[in-house]
Amino acid sequence: MDLHYIKRKAINLLALAASLLSAVFGIVFLFWILKDVLTLGMPAINASFFTELPTPAGVEGGGLANAILGTLMITVIATAIGVPAGIMAGTYLSEYGRKSRVASVVRFLADILVSAPSIVIGVFVYALLVKPFGGFSAIAGSVALSIIMLPVVIRTAEEMLKLVPDSTREAALALGAPHWMVTVKVVYRGAIRGITTGVMLAVARVSGETAPLLFTSFNNSFWNFKLTEPTATLTVTIFNYALGPYEEWHQMAWGAAFLITALVLFVTLISRVIVRGKA
Amino acid sequence: MQVFDRHKSYKIGDALFKGIAYFFALSVIVLMALIFIVLLKESWLSIKTFGFKFLYSTAWDPVSGDFGALPAIFGTIVSSLIAIIIALPISLGIAIFLTEMAPKWLKGPIGTAIELLASIPSIIYGMWGLFILAPLLSEYVEPYIIDYLGFIPIFRGAPMGIGMLPAAFILAIMIIPFISSVARDIFRMVPPILKESGYGVGATKWEVISKVVIPYTKSGIIGAVILGLGRALGETMAVTFLIGNSHDISIALLDPATSISATLANEFTEAVEDIYLSSLIELGLILFVITFIVLGLAKILINRFSYTGRR
Repeated sequence: MDLHYIKRKAINLLALAASLLSAVFGIVFLFWILKDVLTLGMPAINASFFTELPTPAGVEGGGLANAILGTLMITVIATAIGVPAGIMAGTYLSEYGRKSRVASVVRFLADILVSAPSIVIGVFVYALLVKPFGGFSAIAGSVALSIIMLPVVIRTAEEMLKLVPDSTREAALALGAPHWMVTVKVVYRGAIRGITTGVMLAVARVSGETAPLLFTSFNNSFWNFKLTEPTATLTVTIFNYALGPYEEWHQMAWGAAFLITALVLFVTLISRVIVRGKA
Repeated sequence: MQVFDRHKSYKIGDALFKGIAYFFALSVIVLMALIFIVLLKESWLSIKTFGFKFLYSTAWDPVSGDFGALPAIFGTIVSSLIAIIIALPISLGIAIFLTEMAPKWLKGPIGTAIELLASIPSIIYGMWGLFILAPLLSEYVEPYIIDYLGFIPIFRGAPMGIGMLPAAFILAIMIIPFISSVARDIFRMVPPILKESGYGVGATKWEVISKVVIPYTKSGIIGAVILGLGRALGETMAVTFLIGNSHDISIALLDPATSISATLANEFTEAVEDIYLSSLIELGLILFVITFIVLGLAKILINRFSYTGRR
């Protein structure tokens, strides 16, 4: 009987140790990757990294200023398209559709779209906006990113709007305010913190996307301010440089990797802090 | 009279606002339909030329314009399945650690760390895998795998650090956060009274987890796994860097292979001929259909669980 007891205890300890090791495994990889991105990326970061254009292969120096601008430009436009659309659709799900059939279909499709392969979105936008209009463009990249952003924003907006208690809505309605005004001035105000967090996370996520940009905004070695021209981005630059043969290119790619990772992690951490402040 | 006017303008405002909201909600349905239609239209040339043969042909010859999807489909499915096999036990371990074991002060930081792992862009995983992990694997891990496990055919191949197994390993690290966070949420929904009855009859922690928590949450866990599978199937950048891009089907997992997403990423901008481009888009369509089915299934399973869980 004692032996049976010891055996059960031993199995228990073993299983719990395995579970502890799993957590350690995850954390080790997180810090390992971050450490390498930091130590290999930092040396590439200097003033010219932010201000100069890339130099031809084999020439020292240069920077990725055009790619930084391109990433900013494409992400900002994607946000301008994806966020209002997503918030309105989320508003429909939470304020009007609720349990209707349309709402549940939209929810189902949005959830699938969240995890849909981003490269297929790139192919779709290529067929829709690049091929018919005769060339890669910043706007096509922005549309691709906004499609990836849309379902994320919809679901967060809905979740956050749902957290506003119905009694608040009813109180405002009882004062005679029309439904849309209640939504805009009362419900949105109650959910603004959560929605902002969700939007920040969505922006962070798409700013690190590469696959949908490969065949939409493509790449460019020079400055580009036109929305209808191919545009360099940090992520596509990483892809091209990392697979290229030159040591300087790899160095630049690590610098870009550092910049984009720092940005994404920073935004993610900030939004976590905001969420925690609320709870 | 004035009151009446105001009432009227309220009505118009309401109708307008609801209309706009409805429009954008419907846009999701339209978008989904449009993706299918556009991909189908663009791959029509390839569908017409190769028919069903496309699905099981192993040809990939851009010069003579003969294409088949089997190597890419094989690589996509095999790399994702291996990733799941690696990721599942670790993800469940993390979820168990976070719900049943960790002291309160540790739950927050570790949960955040795992979520940060999910937020690292996939291109960073790819680059890190290529420059850091691949040399390590080829030097210290793969030669030993071949020496000691090489009697099993799947553990053979060239120890280059690049191939099916390294790609699957990186994929596993990428999907661990997804599976573990869903599993954690599902574990939390187990009614405390069930676990307490377990402890009440003298069960150890592991016995409660393995005989109460896991059976109770089974369909939810399956949903989480399928969700992870859906993610892995469509993942592009990390796989592109590590899988090696070879259109040969090899049973040896250390050999280079390819996947649908890697083929698209590598070859799409080089495809000049119509039939080449059309075949690539058909690959994209196949990937989209596979992930649509897999993710839809995951969603139904997870939903069904949370429904019965609340009852």
